[in-house]
Amino acid sequence: MLRLAGVHVHYGPIHALRGIDLSVRVGEVVTLIGANGAGKSTLLMSLFGQPRISSGSIVFDGEDISRLPTHLIARRDISLVPEGRRVFPRMTVLENLLMGAATADADHRETELARMYALFPVLRERLQQRAGTLSGGEQQMLAIARGLMARPKLLLLDEPSLGLAPLYIKKIFHTLRELNEEHGVTILLVEQNAHHALRVAHRGYVLQHGRIVMSGSGRDLLASAEVRAAYLEGGQRSAPC
Amino acid sequence: MPATLAERGRDAAAAAAIALLLGIPMIGLTTVDQGGALRVQTRWPWLAVFVIAVFCGRWLLRYGLDRLRTRRTRARSDSTGTAARPAPGGRLPGALAWLTFGISLALPLVFSDNRYVIDTATTVLIYVMLGWGLNVVVGLAGLLDMGHAAFYAVGAYAYALLSTRFGWGFWEALPVAALIAAVFGLAVGWPSLRLRGDYLAIVTLGFGEIIRVVLLNGAEFSGGPNGISQIPRPSFFGLPFAPPGEAPTFAAFFGLEFSPMHRILFLYYVILMLALLTNALVLRLRRLPIGRAWEAMREDEIACRALGMNVTHIKLSAFALGAVLGGVAGVFFAARQGFISPESFTFNESAIILAIVVLGGMGSQFGVVLASLVLVLLPEIGRDFAEYRMLLFGAAMILIMIWRPGGILAQREPTLRLAAKDRRV
Ligand SMILES: Nc1ncnc2c1ncn2[C@@H]1O[C@H](COP(=O)(O)OP(=O)(O)OP(=O)(O)O)[C@@H](O)[C@H]1O
Ligand SMILES: [Mg+2]
Repeated sequence: MLRLAGVHVHYGPIHALRGIDLSVRVGEVVTLIGANGAGKSTLLMSLFGQPRISSGSIVFDGEDISRLPTHLIARRDISLVPEGRRVFPRMTVLENLLMGAATADADHRETELARMYALFPVLRERLQQRAGTLSGGEQQMLAIARGLMARPKLLLLDEPSLGLAPLYIKKIFHTLRELNEEHGVTILLVEQNAHHALRVAHRGYVLQHGRIVMSGSGRDLLASAEVRAAYLEGGQRSAPC
Repeated sequence: MPATLAERGRDAAAAAAIALLLGIPMIGLTTVDQGGALRVQTRWPWLAVFVIAVFCGRWLLRYGLDRLRTRRTRARSDSTGTAARPAPGGRLPGALAWLTFGISLALPLVFSDNRYVIDTATTVLIYVMLGWGLNVVVGLAGLLDMGHAAFYAVGAYAYALLSTRFGWGFWEALPVAALIAAVFGLAVGWPSLRLRGDYLAIVTLGFGEIIRVVLLNGAEFSGGPNGISQIPRPSFFGLPFAPPGEAPTFAAFFGLEFSPMHRILFLYYVILMLALLTNALVLRLRRLPIGRAWEAMREDEIACRALGMNVTHIKLSAFALGAVLGGVAGVFFAARQGFISPESFTFNESAIILAIVVLGGMGSQFGVVLASLVLVLLPEIGRDFAEYRMLLFGAAMILIMIWRPGGILAQREPTLRLAAKDRRV
């Protein structure tokens, strides 16, 4: 469904991604873990052409999207929930949801809204509340719901557990699994929270300094000594930074 | 928490003390011209009246605000758990808006002989138009435009040139001038697509100055500093407002006695109609995807891109619409004055229009009306205060921003109401 080959990204002199090969198959949950500054967000954003990759290819559904303008990429069956939620704070929850469907065709709007209310019951109670006044966890749910309004086949998520209490993290991951298993959404998940991420993921990649240093099934990575040391036990032994 | 009696009293006394301090030099003492020499005279009774008025006013204001607040909190605790309802008091500006609308319709009937009132009201409406145009760009789309007077100028000069050089009438020239303004809007929008906030402000400010300087120096087409005069006034569907002559005139056609007030009243209704059309258009657009996209872009441009919105189109459409509305106001201005010069389109003008949008509460349509009233009427009322006029003006602006940091009407109206939604789902 999604395949990156030899992707390099530069921010001026900074070489942020150094030859990434990565693939996501239909129906999978794939997670990408790595320390701060490893280039995880850069990788997700570059799928949307921000920044543009300097070499390599990004193929989605058989089409090279690496040269498409951002808004056209977003109109393929692919949605991005960016790091830090980025809901529209002064607009209401309902308006936020509708913005997610702004470019999708209007016929499905009502059914999609109903589906979001079922997935995220809190949102239904808060429809007229300004999104900026939601709690962090609610905002995260809104951001995910907004991304889903366009009925994507592939959902890209950047650190959905950022800054959330354990209970909310559980809720979010539970919802992600439900989305994948019951709604058939393929998910590429970027996370710091390796423990949860690897447990829901079918496969995982470990990113370090712009390179993929390890990959395998979620369970294998969770069991691997290096991953445990670097991402699960405080990273004392081989901290990559 | 509602304040106790003592608290309110103390608060009002503090306000009165400040009023006393300020009032001594401004009201208590005055200079009179006596036989060629200036003499200071005291007006203590007036000062006393002023201080007492401030005390009572402050007391009432606090009382009113407290009442409002308790009612609001009570209403809020009622509605927790159930779906959110529009805040009580949210209807208040709505009712006020209708009242204002009624007054604006009836105004010429009441003051049909008072040229000063109608002229001032027309000026208010021009600023309302300008404010609404800029509101699309600044309030909704969040693009800080400090050169709105440029589009005002483009509209005014477009009409002036079309009518004096090519003999176009007001109604034919209006759409063409609006189109020309739109082109200028795109011309500023295009190069500044990547800019936001302060950087965009500087570019638009520069653009405003460029237009003014070009008009000032383009002697052969714009008349340079002398401007363009003898711009034809709009006619009543072909019937000119003129003293009786050979050609049929408005007064003759309707069997009225000629009066210069006819044109003044007609102009008032023209700008009122243009303003109402603008309002209907903007309110409608706000409920459509494009309007919501403007607001979303104001909130978060990156999120908009990620959601598949074409930010380029959204920005340019906001600039173009803002420019069109500014241009229409300009056409009307030129037709009303009959004379224009670069003098009327200085940075000061842009600043006042921006102040109207900010004071009104970014994005609020009715807020713009209130702010235009304040900013046009204050200097007029202030004429009685002679040299204190601008002081009063500045003080009012500061007070409004202290009292309502988000503008007079800061509350953003949702574009969709829940009730309608629930029925459909
Ligand atoms: N716009 C930018 N300009 C220059 N350098 C950037 C830019 N964005 C990111 N970088 C650099 O690229 C590297 C990767 O950043 P990125 O945001 O992808 O990290 P990350 O893995 O998402 O980290 P985190 O877990 O903290 O979110 C960092 O060294 C960062 O400083
Ligand atoms: Mg990141």
